[in-house]
Amino acid sequence: MQGFDRKGMAARLAQDIPEGWIVNLGIGIPTMVGDYVPLDREVIFHSENGILGMGPAPAADKVDPWLVNAGKQPVTLRPGGSYCHHADSFAMIRGGHIDLCVLGAFEVAANGDIANWATSENDTAPAVGGAMDLGAGAKRLWVIMEHTTKDGRPKLVEQCGYPLTTPAAVKRVYTNLGVFEVVPGKGFVVVDLAPGLTLEQVQSVTGAPLHTQ
Amino acid sequence: MINKIVQSMADAMAGIKDGSTVLIGGFGAVGQPDQLIEALIEQGAKDLTCVANNAGTGRVGLARLMELGRVRKIICSFPRSAGSVVFEELYRAGKIELEIVPQGTMAERMRAAGAGVPAFFTATSVGTILAHGKEEREFNGRRYVMEHALKGDVALVEAWEGDRWGNLTYRSSGRNFNPVMAMAADLTIAQVSHIRELGELVPENVHTPGIFVNRVIHVDRGPAWA
Repeated sequence: MQGFDRKGMAARLAQDIPEGWIVNLGIGIPTMVGDYVPLDREVIFHSENGILGMGPAPAADKVDPWLVNAGKQPVTLRPGGSYCHHADSFAMIRGGHIDLCVLGAFEVAANGDIANWATSENDTAPAVGGAMDLGAGAKRLWVIMEHTTKDGRPKLVEQCGYPLTTPAAVKRVYTNLGVFEVVPGKGFVVVDLAPGLTLEQVQSVTGAPLHTQ
Repeated sequence: MINKIVQSMADAMAGIKDGSTVLIGGFGAVGQPDQLIEALIEQGAKDLTCVANNAGTGRVGLARLMELGRVRKIICSFPRSAGSVVFEELYRAGKIELEIVPQGTMAERMRAAGAGVPAFFTATSVGTILAHGKEEREFNGRRYVMEHALKGDVALVEAWEGDRWGNLTYRSSGRNFNPVMAMAADLTIAQVSHIRELGELVPENVHTPGIFVNRVIHVDRGPAWA
């Protein structure tokens, strides 16, 4: 089962971001989402290291070492963009001012629990970064991730096995196989599937029931 | 005349005691006061608790300070990153203590310390292992955990410009943790790329007012950062 590649996943999610939203993109596939929001659609990207109005990566000869995103990659600032310090940047997150946060995850449960920072209770030095702040503080949390692990285990599950980042926070999941809404009291509801895939095929690699609308 | 500008790193580091809690600004390499960290290595204080977003990379700067056995404990949000080899070696060997703190909680704990707020409640980490052992309360139907202010004995910060009253500005995303750390320590030492005459900084554009800064030293970070 193939479905979307990573670029396709990022492009699919980007379609659903309307003009005017303030959006924080996590490290990895989430960062790629920014490349698929057309520049004439005014979406304001926030980066937790104190950037509001972040623009795309610069040309190699235009890199400014002072200007990096949360993944420490060089970025640019769009006209209208601004800088702030870390406490203000996280006030934007924790104070509920960010319309959407997109994170990667190890697992998402049918009740919206997300696990994306530690791979076991014994992993005593995991890196949490801003994930728990974003999970608890953003108005909406969407996850973008592969549908299964590299060895084929489902990442959409009944209950997370890994330590939680935030309970009951995820509203939507975008995977290589489709888009799934997390509906309280019901679980994963299929919004759409990648071209050519059937519900039965996708259900067979999902660890929780998939509902249709 | 008030003059917080010091001419030597020895003067900048004077009086930092063993056992100090040292707040170190920066997000990765950006806004990280590399020259002050080198000077702290030189100065010799040990048994330190360091607060920084990352746990050092390579074998220089904070990583070098740790490798020399001078850091008892590190408080950070993202200890593991590409090149955090020294931290991982020390951590596996049980030679360094780690307190992992969500990034926003870490910033807010220092802001609180600087503002005289001893503790506060936040929704971040509720329902996770990082909330274990912390007091929880419900406000307006939502659960929150109590977090304590995080105060430093010393803050090492990097700024773009500074004047003799200690007023600072920062360069783009180099601001990050530096202003909250400057607020949160008894002794705040700033390395700046440019010294400005008093009155030269536009008052509306001062990011850290001099009240939060004790010492300012000029450093040349080289052409890439100019």
